Amino acid sequence: MGALPGLMTLGASSQLPFARTQMAITLGVHIILVPLGVAWPAITLIADYRAIRKGDADSLRLAQRWSKVMAVTFAVGAVTGTVLSFELGLLWPRLMDRFGAAFGIPFAIEGIFFFTEAIFIAIYIYGWKRLRPWPHFWTGVPIMIAGIGGAVSVVAANSWMNQPGGFTLDKAGKVVDVDPLAVIFNRATPYESLHMIIAAYLVGGFLVASVYAVGILKGRTDRYHRIGFLIPFTVAAIAAPAQMVVGDWAARSVYHDQPVKFAAIEAVPRTSTHVPETLGGIYADGKVTGGIEIPDVASLLSGYSVNTRIKGFETVPARDRPPVTPVHLAWDVMVGLGTALTALSLWFAVVWWRRRRMPNTRWFLRAAALSGAAAIAALESGWVVTEVGRQPWIVSGFLRTEDAVTTVGDLWISLVVVLVLYAALAATAILVLRSMAARWRRAATEGELEEESVPYGPRPEMHEVGR
Amino acid sequence: MTSAEVVAVALFAGVTFYAIFGGADFGGGFWDLVAGGAGRGAKPRALIDASIGPVWEANHVWLIFCLVVLWTAFPGAFGSIMLTLFVPLLLAALGIVLRGSGFAFRRVVLRLTNQRVFGAAFAVSSVVVPYCMGAVAGGIASGRVPRGGTAGDLVDSWVNPTSILGGVLAVATCAYLAAVFLTNDARRSGLPELEGYFRRRAIGAALAAGVVALAGIVVLHDDTKRLYDGLVHRGWPLIGLSALAGAGALVMLVREAYRPARALAVAAVATVVWGWGVGQWPYLLPDSLKINAAAAPSATLTAVIIVTVVAVVVVVPALALLYVLDQRSLLESEEPRP
Ligand code: HDD
Ligand code: HEM
Ligand code: HEM
Repeated sequence: MGALPGLMTLGASSQLPFARTQMAITLGVHIILVPLGVAWPAITLIADYRAIRKGDADSLRLAQRWSKVMAVTFAVGAVTGTVLSFELGLLWPRLMDRFGAAFGIPFAIEGIFFFTEAIFIAIYIYGWKRLRPWPHFWTGVPIMIAGIGGAVSVVAANSWMNQPGGFTLDKAGKVVDVDPLAVIFNRATPYESLHMIIAAYLVGGFLVASVYAVGILKGRTDRYHRIGFLIPFTVAAIAAPAQMVVGDWAARSVYHDQPVKFAAIEAVPRTSTHVPETLGGIYADGKVTGGIEIPDVASLLSGYSVNTRIKGFETVPARDRPPVTPVHLAWDVMVGLGTALTALSLWFAVVWWRRRRMPNTRWFLRAAALSGAAAIAALESGWVVTEVGRQPWIVSGFLRTEDAVTTVGDLWISLVVVLVLYAALAATAILVLRSMAARWRRAATEGELEEESVPYGPRPEMHEVGR
Repeated sequence: MTSAEVVAVALFAGVTFYAIFGGADFGGGFWDLVAGGAGRGAKPRALIDASIGPVWEANHVWLIFCLVVLWTAFPGAFGSIMLTLFVPLLLAALGIVLRGSGFAFRRVVLRLTNQRVFGAAFAVSSVVVPYCMGAVAGGIASGRVPRGGTAGDLVDSWVNPTSILGGVLAVATCAYLAAVFLTNDARRSGLPELEGYFRRRAIGAALAAGVVALAGIVVLHDDTKRLYDGLVHRGWPLIGLSALAGAGALVMLVREAYRPARALAVAAVATVVWGWGVGQWPYLLPDSLKINAAAAPSATLTAVIIVTVVAVVVVVPALALLYVLDQRSLLESEEPRP
């Protein structure tokens, strides 16, 4: 572009904020769809299993409807994921070009899982009508396995950014040797991938359950709604306490392996023992203002002793520190919501154990109705902790984010386009899903036949004939 | 053959599968776009919808496969391509979002106006995306992407004769493949009217794609001498095969033998794609970067080869199952409305 050199090749520094924002938004949207691809198929299979084993018509109807909605969310998940793949190159060409040989390996493995998932989800969703019940059920199982495998592989790539390993650099900084297994199983992979998979079940479960909680609150207390609530809620209620345990493991690993991130999490300006756990607060000029301090607790949690020494920011120069306040607040949100969701799960468990039924106060249902949104908020905050806490590095200790960003294009234009497109996508997805739900309600109350109102979608009633 | 070359062949196989199966899905969008008003276009659209529905997401994964293999095995080339061809690749990515979500939404909404909006998003982007992909291929093939993680010309790299040829050829071949596949699907579903409808279009698209391909040889001669030479000297058997398969497919279409027509059409398109590969061999980025020079360290290549083998062992049978179930009409959600 001889005519517009200044416009088309801006310096890296002016591109960085746009690239970051675009990456964060597109990732933030994709990650909401991930639990629906990883955990929802499993939840649906539970309903399907009940339907076949117990001949339960309500469970069957739930499984069929869920798989119809899944057809939509899976498609949106697939296309938003594809955008991410492009963006890794379009926005961060220097990351890929320098480290693709190592960082790329987990993504290559992920490809196999995506294939498997996309193939079997199609068979499952479109197979209701003509496949026999048990074979049809079994075509759903690979989706579940592939979802877990895919999540492990992608998260392994992210873990590698946090704990890079398994490669050798020459003097010029070029990757000259790679140990693929050490790349995949880097120090952060075990806890990050497990934490994400549990997060997927937690978010998927609470999200689906919250829809039925709203329905029950509105007076739709029939068996169909109760089962629609109980199956996913039970899954989430098992995941929530487990997530606390794994989160604790993650936190302790970050304390050992990523001390600067940990200093941001706990907002620790200077290395010391007896570090308090600070809830909330804004960090500026080396101190936290406005937070509530619980004495000694951060030290206690990190090393089981109040004498545990936590490294502060003074250990690294200012240019190597992440933005503290967002990381610290995101941490509080994740842990706070995680604790609240675990409490909700325990409430449910205790009542179930004592009375063999779900809690029947409206307060429980109200809380459950909010649990889906809360779980998503915890998920997003967790990712903010991980990603913003890694700054200013894109590959921890090896490559700075500002050195990885593209030098071409007018990123603000692409950012605006992406913003508009994703806002439209989100709004449309919500409207479309709501209209599907409204249609099913009408079908239930007015006896209107579903297949007549859906011009294209799978026809569930035929399946019942088949069974 | 070096392991880098093995990976390059695997990558090219991925490109071929994407061009054929992904291409046919995009082509479905093309016919959706030109099917006319809601009344007139209802039947062909319903058939297109039923044909693409179960398979498009699986077919789409070939693109992901190509991207991840490229960036893992040939990271330097990937960086250069992404820098130089920023604009068409961004357009393709956004187009993919519109296409996939437009398609998925259209199947579940009831109101005609909504179906129109989503249908338009799906159909228009089904033309834009293959055009951009073809233009990207043209930019690479014509040596407009420099090596070494530097950006080439941001505009000329995709607005040039070879890229325009690539884009138009991509749209034409997608439409061609889709029409041939849909003709067969219409017969399988017992819809003689649509069978004739798509058969006429398949014949038209075959002729159009053939003309573009022939014109392409002239364009390459003027714009990309190296590719032209490679194609004429080394790639001529492929060109010959492509011409034969294309002609054969046409004959089969006229004689209403759709299954052989489908196989021959696939062969005609695959050989064109391979012509590109053979034409620029042994370069990954023509004129500046050879496959072996672009390759990642050997352990990475070994990992990619292992992944590819596992993919063949796991994915190919699964894909076969999907296609067989689909072709036996076990995955039909709905017959097109008469
Ligand atoms: C549903 C969501 C959810 C809930 C309830 C929790 N987390 Fe979490 N957390 C995530 C979802 C998440 C995540 C999936 O978003 C992250 C981002 C990266 C990762 O591996 O998991 C994460 C990251 C993350 C990290 C950063 C890891 C790193 O950067 O390497 C730590 C230290 C914790 N979590 C700790 C906790 C603790 C102590 C929790 C409980 C009380 C907790 N998380 C609940
Ligand atoms: C597992 C897969 C993921 C990978 C490989 C990944 C990769 C990246 C990359 C390459 C960047 C840009 C460079 C940088 O800022 O360091 C980035 C930034 C970011 N990502 Fe992730 N990411 C992943 C998951 C997520 C998820 C699920 C979220 C959810 C919200 C997220 C949130 C962010 C944010 C907020 C930034 C901007 C950080 C900043 O610049 O301050 N990431 N990520
Ligand atoms: C924590 C992070 C992530 C997890 C757990 C995850 C998981 C998944 C899952 C389960 C799917 C299947 C589709 C669905 O269920 O909606 C999917 C789709 C996809 N994701 Fe992600 N993803 C993550 C981040 C990323 C990132 C960072 C990238 C790319 C750089 C990416 C690329 C893709 C692609 C290309 C697809 C489409 C695959 C297809 O066509 O079926 N994902 N992801």
